[in-house]
Amino acid sequence: MTRAAARNASALAAGLVFGLGLAISQMVNPRKVLDFLDVAGNWDPSLALVLGGAVGVAMLALRFVLKRKQPLFESEFHLPRTTKVDRRLLAGSAIFGIGWGIGGYCPGPGIAALSAASVEALVFVAGMALGSFLYQRFAAPRG
Amino acid sequence: MKPRPILRAGAPQRDNRHNFRRVLHVANFTPASALIGGALIGISATLLLWLNGRIAGVSGIMHGALQQRAGDTWRWLFLAGLVAGAGAWLWLAPPAFAPRAGYPLPLVLLAGVLVGFGTAQGGGCTSGHGVCGISRLSARSIVATLTFLVTGMASVFVVRHLLGVAS
Repeated sequence: MTRAAARNASALAAGLVFGLGLAISQMVNPRKVLDFLDVAGNWDPSLALVLGGAVGVAMLALRFVLKRKQPLFESEFHLPRTTKVDRRLLAGSAIFGIGWGIGGYCPGPGIAALSAASVEALVFVAGMALGSFLYQRFAAPRG
Repeated sequence: MKPRPILRAGAPQRDNRHNFRRVLHVANFTPASALIGGALIGISATLLLWLNGRIAGVSGIMHGALQQRAGDTWRWLFLAGLVAGAGAWLWLAPPAFAPRAGYPLPLVLLAGVLVGFGTAQGGGCTSGHGVCGISRLSARSIVATLTFLVTGMASVFVVRHLLGVAS
């Protein structure tokens, strides 16, 4: 197997495990997500445990992974280069949160929910693609 | 004997909200499945970084895939895996999730546009900033996560409690 094929296979495998995790934790159910964000209603803390479980595992494992010189099937780690907390980060995250609270989907669960033949998920993912396009077209920094 | 509803908890019973309005109850809380699912997401993030050197941020992977650059097949495969992995669980455990119906689709579309735009500008979402970024103790990601948690909660408050849209 070439390295490119190995990369493709591992991306597929990682996606499968991610999707399984989203479904088992019920994060593909937008009500479950909204119940977490609804601190003034019947609060459901489940999402915090999903995030906690994921961070717990990743924090431990990534320490070992990032000690390696390079990934197994790639010549370098593609890590974000920016470290600055700037207005773009704050504005973008704020806008994302508003959309998250309106729909109950963030990108992962929105895409994963396509598997349930959910009309909502289809509309949501189309909206995300449109939002992505609008950003690239009108708001992305030039250069 | 009824099977213990640990991993198969059905859709939350929304009626509880009205019956027990004044009682603090966490009947919908599903800690075991949340931790197991969360751990799987952590394993996925580990796999992608260890094998491919990539951050498992779904929004970043998606925005990249939409740019249609050469050598980005892995992005589409990751996204396909996301759908197939969730689909496999729904197939194995059919009561796990019934799609929500009746929520206004224009609001869903608006939500999608804001999430697409916001994650592109903010450089990440719940997975990229929330899981991977916090795990690497990135200050940017911690600030981003706190920001979208706060605006997400405010947004739900407005939609559910001020505008009274049932979800």
